[in-house]
Amino acid sequence: MTIAGGADDTFRGKFSFRNSDAAIIRFPFPFHEDRYMYAVNLEPHTHAGPTDAFVRDFDVDEHYVAECRERALVLEQDPSRCRVLAHMMDAEWDTLELLMESLARDYPALFALDKDGARWRWRNRPLGIDATFTFGDPSTLPQPPFEYITRQVQGDFTLQDQRDDNIYIDGGMVTTQADWSLDFDLGMAFHEWHGPVPVAHDLGVFDRALKYLLRLQYGRPVRRLNWTMTVNPRLDTSPENYPIWGPDRATVTAGNVGERLHLRVELQTLFRLPRSNGILFGIRCYLISLNEILRVPKWRRRLHRVLRDLHPELVTYKGLSRYLPTAVAFLAAHDDGALTGPGIQPDQAAPDPL
Amino acid sequence: MTRAEDIPLRVVAVETLNDTLLRFTLARADGGELPTGAAGAHIMLAVQDGHRTHRNAYSLTGHPDDRRCYRIIVRRVAESRGGSAYLHAHVRVGDVLHAGWPVNLFPLASLARRHLLVARGIGLTPMLSFAAVLSARGAPFELHQMCRAADEAAFHALLAPYVDAGIAQVHVDPAPAFDLPALLARQPLGTHLYMCGPRRMMDDVTACARALGWPRHSPHQESFGDHSGGAPFVVRTARTGLTLPVAADQTILEALEDAGLSPACLCRGGVCGECRTTVLEGVPDHRDDVLDASERIGNRDMMICVSRARTPELLIDL
Ligand code: FES
Repeated sequence: MTIAGGADDTFRGKFSFRNSDAAIIRFPFPFHEDRYMYAVNLEPHTHAGPTDAFVRDFDVDEHYVAECRERALVLEQDPSRCRVLAHMMDAEWDTLELLMESLARDYPALFALDKDGARWRWRNRPLGIDATFTFGDPSTLPQPPFEYITRQVQGDFTLQDQRDDNIYIDGGMVTTQADWSLDFDLGMAFHEWHGPVPVAHDLGVFDRALKYLLRLQYGRPVRRLNWTMTVNPRLDTSPENYPIWGPDRATVTAGNVGERLHLRVELQTLFRLPRSNGILFGIRCYLISLNEILRVPKWRRRLHRVLRDLHPELVTYKGLSRYLPTAVAFLAAHDDGALTGPGIQPDQAAPDPL
Repeated sequence: MTRAEDIPLRVVAVETLNDTLLRFTLARADGGELPTGAAGAHIMLAVQDGHRTHRNAYSLTGHPDDRRCYRIIVRRVAESRGGSAYLHAHVRVGDVLHAGWPVNLFPLASLARRHLLVARGIGLTPMLSFAAVLSARGAPFELHQMCRAADEAAFHALLAPYVDAGIAQVHVDPAPAFDLPALLARQPLGTHLYMCGPRRMMDDVTACARALGWPRHSPHQESFGDHSGGAPFVVRTARTGLTLPVAADQTILEALEDAGLSPACLCRGGVCGECRTTVLEGVPDHRDDVLDASERIGNRDMMICVSRARTPELLIDL
């Protein structure tokens, strides 16, 4: 995957965001069968997976520079999107260490980390950063360590502290959230944050997920996918900004649904942090328009069937009610009824030609 | 470096601390940095003794920011024939051992305003990493080490900087001057208590803390978790006709995978239910979080990624 190509994307205003063919075929499509229901769909985050988006600790793609710029814009308007409680300083350094080491290992052409004892030199070529600092000494960085490094990565992050057999969200960098009160589920301090999620409570999903996370081990990260839909390729669909993005939902018509409506997938990863014994929760957001999905026959058939048969409570909870019939009708016209193979991979090497 | 492969570790130094205590310094045999070994973390060291593999947990005693080596202290116990005895008798500088990534079940409490460390005997080892981190941080702490006379000199040497600074004390048996209730009673609010040592000593400290009204989650105590697996047993598969030994440190799922099967699984941790398998004969030892009490008693299904056997053999529907 190259990161060239998407640097001019914007996620607001005129929305110039689009996916290249390479980005489409590596998309982390979230449905492994023609229907969808909540499950504890956690699995080891190994260096393998059904598409290229899964195979590195932290995925960097063609939207990298644009997403870092979008994050900076959001923070400029609302610095409170990055907050970490004081007792999480070890977890901040843990995060910086994990991200820098992973990026430098997985993308040697883009990032480099050189250490001389506690003196670290960090180079981020796409963003033009060359910094030397002292690991463990926050005064040697322009921002606190967690903010400093998460400004240089795609996706949101939260920091969890583990104590008294529970997990508490005690920090985060959150600028690209799907309306949180909806979808921000695993890894959070548990039952309170998950209060609004229907159906899943009855299934005991959160009790089991909490137990699993309490046992999460250093060096054995796990991942899961979550999904919703977003009108326009807007990353920042935060509750605070509802007046800005909420009205978008009424703008979807049969004529523009293919272009406007996006499947929004979160590749969520959970890493145990060593010094702090905290947990880093990564929420990496991917957007793909229905028109782009049409170019992968397996995915367009499956998305049609999943949306058509979606549990009514989930439709409401995910906020899809207004435009779902339009989307289903649009996709139905492109579903020939053929069987779809198992798994989420696209089953072809490149998208169908336009 | 975020994968859980076993790490090859070369012994770069062996120091004799006294008759029964050796300190091993281990570095990555393939060069490079080790995973960060937190205060309170341990490694499971695999020692190959002929055909047998011993796996023992050893606390890391250094500072987590030192990623060049791990330091562990190993006690030889007269009657033992396990990994520690083997390390004492046979392992020399230059030898290569293997260990998994550090696991931390004894972490420092993030909200503590002050830390009180109480240990007996070899229970000192995790306290050494706590002391290294807390003193580097400038966090207030106090360490009390109980021991027999034979260990006094060695422990004094290990704790010398803290003893000199008045932060640590070594109490040699019998130590009438060491008044645990008084020590606990004078701790300010916000102090967390950590303890490590023989069962009996930890029970005593816990009882004392309870009597003084310390909160439920303090004292913290060292735990090596339930890595041990359990007794080995045999699993037979009804449909594929295999008979496979499941070793003490292996799961049924791993044994099946080693034999070339790929049973359904996802979390590999007993929560998702994906590996649910019907039991045809034998009694499982349920260790998952999927089945409820009645399902467990019903004995029909099991999660093969974590659960084991109460009977020498299990016949499963695979
Ligand atoms: S693989 Fe998830 S319960 Fe066994």
